Amino acid sequence: MAKTHHIHIRLNGVEKEADVAPRLLLIHFIRDVAGQTGTHLGCDTTSCGACTVLLDGRPIKSCTFFAVQADGREIRTVEGLASDGKLHPIQEGFHQEHGLQCGFCTPGMMLSAVALLEKNPNPTEAEIRWGISGNLCRCTGYQNIVKAVQHAAAKMQKGVSA
Amino acid sequence: MMQTSPEIGGMGHSVKRKEDARFIQGKGTYVDDVHLPGMVYGHVVRSPYGHARLKSINIEAAMKVPGALAVITGADLAAANLAWMPTLFHDKQMVLATGKVLFQAQEVAFAVATEQYAAADMAELVEVEYEELPVLVDPHKALDADAPILREDREEKSNHIFHWEVGDRHETQKAIQGGPVTAKVDAVFQRCHPAPLETCGCVADFNKVTGKLTIWLTSQAPHAHRTLFALVGGIPEQNIRVISPDIGGGFGNKVPIYPGYVCAVVASLTLGRPVKWIESRSENLQSTGFARDYHMTAEIAAERDGTVKALRVKTLADHGAFNAAAQPSKFPAGLFSICTGSYDFPKAFCEVDGVYTNKAPGGIAYRCSFRVTEAAYLIERAMDVLAYELKMDPAALRLKNFIPPDKFPYQCPLGWTYDSGNYPAAMNLALKMAGYDELRKEQAEKRKKGELMGIGISSFTEIVGAGPAHTFDIVGIKMFDSCEIRIHPTGKAIARLGTKSQGQGHETTFPQIIAQELGIPQQDIVLEEGDTDTAPYGLGTYASRSTPVAGGATAMASRKIRDKARKIAAHLLEVSEEDLEWEPGKFFVKGAPSKAKTIQEIAFAAYTNLPAGMEAGLEAVHYYDPPNLTFPFGTYICVVDIDKGTGEVKVRRFIAVDDCGNIINPMIVEGQIHGGLTEGLAIAFMQLIGYDESGNVQGGNFMDYLLPTAVETPNWETGKTCTPSPHHPIGAKGVGESPNVGSPAAFVNAVVDALSHLGVRHIDMPVTSWKVWQILQQHGIA
Amino acid sequence: MIPPEFEYLRPATIPEAVSLLQLHGDDAKILSGGQSLIPMMKLRLARPAWLIDINHIPGLAYIREEGGYLKIGGLTREADVENSELIRAKYPIVHDTALVIADPQVRNLATMGGNLAHGDPANDHGATMLALEAELVATGANGQRTIAVRDFFLSIFTTALEQDEILTEIRIPVPAARSGGTYLKLERKVGDFATAAVAAQVTLDASGACTKAGIGVTNAGPTPIKAGKAEAFLRGKRLDAASVAQAAELAMGESQPSSDLRGPAEYKKGLVKELTKRALTRAAERAGR
Repeated sequence: MAKTHHIHIRLNGVEKEADVAPRLLLIHFIRDVAGQTGTHLGCDTTSCGACTVLLDGRPIKSCTFFAVQADGREIRTVEGLASDGKLHPIQEGFHQEHGLQCGFCTPGMMLSAVALLEKNPNPTEAEIRWGISGNLCRCTGYQNIVKAVQHAAAKMQKGVSA
Repeated sequence: MMQTSPEIGGMGHSVKRKEDARFIQGKGTYVDDVHLPGMVYGHVVRSPYGHARLKSINIEAAMKVPGALAVITGADLAAANLAWMPTLFHDKQMVLATGKVLFQAQEVAFAVATEQYAAADMAELVEVEYEELPVLVDPHKALDADAPILREDREEKSNHIFHWEVGDRHETQKAIQGGPVTAKVDAVFQRCHPAPLETCGCVADFNKVTGKLTIWLTSQAPHAHRTLFALVGGIPEQNIRVISPDIGGGFGNKVPIYPGYVCAVVASLTLGRPVKWIESRSENLQSTGFARDYHMTAEIAAERDGTVKALRVKTLADHGAFNAAAQPSKFPAGLFSICTGSYDFPKAFCEVDGVYTNKAPGGIAYRCSFRVTEAAYLIERAMDVLAYELKMDPAALRLKNFIPPDKFPYQCPLGWTYDSGNYPAAMNLALKMAGYDELRKEQAEKRKKGELMGIGISSFTEIVGAGPAHTFDIVGIKMFDSCEIRIHPTGKAIARLGTKSQGQGHETTFPQIIAQELGIPQQDIVLEEGDTDTAPYGLGTYASRSTPVAGGATAMASRKIRDKARKIAAHLLEVSEEDLEWEPGKFFVKGAPSKAKTIQEIAFAAYTNLPAGMEAGLEAVHYYDPPNLTFPFGTYICVVDIDKGTGEVKVRRFIAVDDCGNIINPMIVEGQIHGGLTEGLAIAFMQLIGYDESGNVQGGNFMDYLLPTAVETPNWETGKTCTPSPHHPIGAKGVGESPNVGSPAAFVNAVVDALSHLGVRHIDMPVTSWKVWQILQQHGIA
Repeated sequence: MIPPEFEYLRPATIPEAVSLLQLHGDDAKILSGGQSLIPMMKLRLARPAWLIDINHIPGLAYIREEGGYLKIGGLTREADVENSELIRAKYPIVHDTALVIADPQVRNLATMGGNLAHGDPANDHGATMLALEAELVATGANGQRTIAVRDFFLSIFTTALEQDEILTEIRIPVPAARSGGTYLKLERKVGDFATAAVAAQVTLDASGACTKAGIGVTNAGPTPIKAGKAEAFLRGKRLDAASVAQAAELAMGESQPSSDLRGPAEYKKGLVKELTKRALTRAAERAGR
């Protein structure tokens, strides 16, 4: 058995620590060790983006990252989007614009969108499509996801100017 | 239909989805999210060969992995008479291989360990010795004299599964020979896969103390699966509880029972612990139910003015190693005989032969009603080929041959009775939205400049809502569906159905039907489905059957409640029932609208103040057996531009006019259409589960089985007409599959249209850049 | 898909990483972005016994101009290359390249050094570096050495890096005035490897004649291909339709694609020709023809 490593990960603002085998993938740390199952696994080739989480604010695919690599870093998942019981604008956008159907891709999709909006608060449709191009959706055809991101962008802009 | 107020939110309101709240907060419960104390993990060992004799299996090394619990093999299952299981269509399939393997990635053994990672390590260490056998991958060679016989278990020593025909062979042949104009197309609808984003899996939990087996299952049909587990596994049905929790997309992939489920159940029965098995994406694509793989020929005879006379269809169906077509019709090729489509063919004949090959089993209905996608694709391609033969505009040819609106209900020559339709209306709207005449002008101008632009039309007719008991069953169980509604004393309600949403938004739409029928605000109604211990028996969600069948059940159950409510209202208002009038939400005395009782007041009275002799409570259950199928339809128009240098096809516009009868929730219908069109786009341009000559599967992961991203997906322009189903309680028809059924032909027709002046008449899907480029090369254009 | 077991090492310095490579030999692999390595481990196609994670070594991620070169640290993420204003403004060919690598999430982890050191002819930077005549800095037990990129790619997944060397820096010569370049990639969808892709970089003189041309081709042979004949042909010529077409023809002749699911070899050759034509035209526009 490989030597385990004691790691600390700040997951959605809460410090988690555990002894992990080096090969433990971050997705399995989040789902099985930390018990937060909102992050999903949809493929085995780093293609689908259902497992997308934010690593120090940047979206990555948690199926292609070892938990031990996240030692000392900050991870944000869908469970960390709402704050104080208030939905994040992206969550509202997905609901209002029917940006989800089966819901399986939704957490990863929202995290990619959040990262996009933090970098580019007023993206064009093409920029939105490009920004979520690492996330596959099988149900929606993306059109309403684009609208959901636009909804969130407008809402966040309003929040800034208010 | 009377439109209810937004507060009631009955049919026709774009009510926001109730299920969203948990999904957007990461609180959905998919099967892989189920975690039980003491749970262990299974991993399937799969064959690397397409056809090979199993010589030996050595589990010694695997069992030395820390945490190893068991390795189950075909021999172990054979001892319990479980090595084979019945398929849903008169065949059987291996659970774990015995004797030989028949396709690459076939299930050979099941390793179980205390941890997921250990189970994967075990699977790698199970040593299996194979002796390779000649591989059969080309269905056209399956019946050759020198073809290897794949199925040693069958009495017939042949790879032929079935021959099926319908229609008038002789008259059709005569008409086709008579011309005067004929068109012919050979078209393969390639092997593809539904690939929902969540793969298949289960948690099987056998409680040795209570004798109860609970299975959390990625199932589109939990009740049918419970019965099958009971019949095959010999477990008393009352001791089986199947729970379909949240399902991450199905599209037909989650209708069959897969070997992994059975292995997990056997492991749980053996170990007395919960066993989780979740397949990987590669396993999903390589071993679970594929779709299509129909090799088709269509011939049309027509008059010189374009009037169609006859259609003849001949098809070879590649079913892979086992006929695991998950389809409940009585016909081996499902509803493929809907191949006359939207057109008034006086004569038609259709024949299909099914064969075995060394490929994964299946033939499932991927977002379609059992081969209707293949049929719609074929007729819509063939009509375009005929248009070229006639030098006629493809829109004009279609308009000329549509079944006229006044001919419904329409009896087609292959036996179906179409319920209702107005095909010219849908097409004319689509032509108008597209600006069709302008597009044709633009195309002509572009052609002069040597630029390639194409316009593709598909005017499909769907057949959905399986189905009438006389035509459909699953192991003898009729294809009804069910709804049970209970109104609580405060006027709120719970409804339970035999269906199972996989993203269609049932928790929102079915309460809207009840709201429409009873006037109870939709937000006061909770909907549950997917738990066989609580929901009434039903056959599940696929084939666009939820609205046509369970939707009917929901309306009928609501009406039973309304009937009782009327009696209670009469009692409360001290008038006779005949003196009452209904509007959604209340009964009032004719001519005296202020004398009224709301449904909420009536509900309270049902528990507190009943007429003498009446049973307490306000609830009903209805099992709805539809009198006929429903026939949604529409016209799709696709505009493409082709890059001559690279062969790339760009979808510039796509106009989709759908008619699915009365609509429950327009927002959700539109979402279904967007999604189905995107799946159609992928099929038309990207997707193929192929096999090389050695039987190696190609396109067995998401690197090569391509799902379009937001970048490749165009914006969809949608429109609608409304022709209610005359036989359906709420006039609805179902819509989930129309876009996937109707769109592939529109995409391909558009590309062929762009190249038609070169004499191109057909390109097989997926229409890749390299195929287009090769055609351009041949014509000296690239 | 579960990777096999391995031991994880986290050196704090380059010398420490190099000595770990020496200690564990071929059983060790460098973990940089991991976006090629980890997928291969999950498929159990790669099974290093030791992973040496260099992500905690400071000073390996940077983008700066210095001494006549654009210097990019080996650990620089593709996303940072993509978002660099300096690169966008002055090295658009590099920006074009980074932008079409895999997808946004992968680019947030994948590194430029890893992209090159992996030696995959389907990876995108190779062709661009060939077009730019970049130099790669390898750091090993005996310090640093510089490898010209044309000498770097030996065969599929094999580079000139020694087993105990780490690719620590990419050096791109600062382009002369009137230079321009681009990278054009045809892919089946976002996230796919190139069916074919072409990088072209040209420098023009005052008369508009081409003083220097660099052309690299992705996924058209066992290594990224440098289209040397096409480059030589263009020297001294004006980039008009005829010369561009002729160069494209030559580049096509130099490519050696094989048939696969992305298309038959013949198609890919045709693509090399077409993309070379388009890339040269665009490069010339950017150079200010």
